[in-house]
Amino acid sequence: MSARHHVAILAVLVLGMAFAIPRAQAERLIVSVSNHRVTVTPNYSGEELVLFGSVEKDASTPAQRGNYDLVVTVSGPRADMVTRRKERKFGIWINTDYRQFLQVPSYLALFSNRPFADIASPEVERRQQLGLDNVLLTQRVGPDYADVVPNDVFRRAFVRLHSQRGLYREDTSAVTFLTPTLFRTGIPLPAEVPIGTYDVEIKLFSAGSLVTRTETAFEIVKVGFEQFVANTARQNGLVYGLVTAAMALMTGWMASIVFRKD
Amino acid sequence: MQLYLPIADMPVNIFLILAMGAAVGFVSGMFGIGGGFLMTPLLIFIGITPAVAVASVASHIAASSFSGAISYWRRRAIDPALAAVLLTGGTLGTALGVWTFTQLRALGQLDLMIALSYVALLTTVGALMFWEGLRAMMRTRRGVVPPRRSHGWIHGFPLKMRFKRSKIYLSVIPVVIVGIIIGFIGAVMGIGGGFILVPIMIYLLRVPTSTVIGTSMVLTLVTMTFATLLHAVTNHLVDVVLALILMVGGVTGAQFGARAGQKIRGEQLRLLLGLLVLAVGIRFAIELVIRPDDLFTIRETGVTG
Repeated sequence: MSARHHVAILAVLVLGMAFAIPRAQAERLIVSVSNHRVTVTPNYSGEELVLFGSVEKDASTPAQRGNYDLVVTVSGPRADMVTRRKERKFGIWINTDYRQFLQVPSYLALFSNRPFADIASPEVERRQQLGLDNVLLTQRVGPDYADVVPNDVFRRAFVRLHSQRGLYREDTSAVTFLTPTLFRTGIPLPAEVPIGTYDVEIKLFSAGSLVTRTETAFEIVKVGFEQFVANTARQNGLVYGLVTAAMALMTGWMASIVFRKD
Repeated sequence: MQLYLPIADMPVNIFLILAMGAAVGFVSGMFGIGGGFLMTPLLIFIGITPAVAVASVASHIAASSFSGAISYWRRRAIDPALAAVLLTGGTLGTALGVWTFTQLRALGQLDLMIALSYVALLTTVGALMFWEGLRAMMRTRRGVVPPRRSHGWIHGFPLKMRFKRSKIYLSVIPVVIVGIIIGFIGAVMGIGGGFILVPIMIYLLRVPTSTVIGTSMVLTLVTMTFATLLHAVTNHLVDVVLALILMVGGVTGAQFGARAGQKIRGEQLRLLLGLLVLAVGIRFAIELVIRPDDLFTIRETGVTG
């Protein structure tokens, strides 16, 4: 059995456990995003979605429970990526070493109402993937698939470069509780957001442990001429090439007519 | 006015690109070259990835060489037989070049190879042109007519063929090889290769000046059109919006450049062109030697889901 299978089985187990926990609990999370379908037009310069939600209690909820903590994880479409490092060789800077990141989110945002360290113990932080340092970013290390320690140089550079472009973010004061049970958070989407389905996972913590969780999703679609061009280039390379070549010849021909010296 | 480039995946100022196209067009019209060796570096310097720059400039050169080729055709300054032989090598070289481009990209060494090729080629060719122009200027000042050898080693090859319009009798082997080389470096570096091809044809193949530029434009036209197609099919990197703006600026600028070029003397023109080529080469060399702002880069290798 390959390493990929192991990862898959592990993922199923983890998911199963995560789903098993809420049933034993009394709270329920009800959430909604302000827009389930974001259309990106050519002059789109970034926008912010709003996530609203409330914590519903029922009769079996322990009466003294009230100090809730909330962590929202937004992850965009997944893709394989390569991080390369330049080194000085023979006096010039060239790409030498590289790491492959497998099926990592192209957009990742982690929001909470207070620092992750105050919400849960380091052990829970790791298990629940709270914070950019604890999110699973699978690398291919030789024949194996594994995540590495948070301070690995390639992992750090990977997170840093994505953060610079506004694609990876972590904000431990983004979630605000309007009342003890009603909360909201903004999800900023920069101009260069990748298109696709975005999963939003909301986890409710109380006294350092996970109480319940829920999920929602939204979709980002690009519309307009630019997207049409990009899609055509990828899906119909030959037609695209022929059109481009024909356009070049047309332009050249037109110029020779317009500027003909008689 | 900002415009979003769909393939380069970045917003640019449309007037900046238009001005760059016009400026390069002016220079190319003035010297009778495609201008790819200036256009590709300029695009790289404003932040477009080398891969997209190389692939998109190919179509820009196709446009400008087509308008040039038409006017040379009208003046009967193209040798069809010579062009055909050059093209057999040219298309082969282009296909090889695009294949190499794809391989290098997968290895993550494409940007480096593009930069290195620019440094090597431009500094060498630039220095040679500069030196040649300088010598020619000194010769004319002293009033010495340069001796012209009638036979070179190039005439020792078999498979000779008569090229009627150029009035030369030449083996097809060196012609095909020249075609392959120009096609290859054109596809990898995003240049038409006119600035290398013209001197090679004049000094090595002894093609008369009456047909040399027109014929070299035909080669550039076909190899660059072919390169555009191959880059679009294999690497999906041709940015049609970028290419269109460059073309419009380029063909317009070229007309004014051609008029300006007629006012300057040949050897001064060569000296200037040599300096220009040399400057671009040195700019690339500096880029390679100084420490980059960020040692790390990320590239997406495949989206699934």
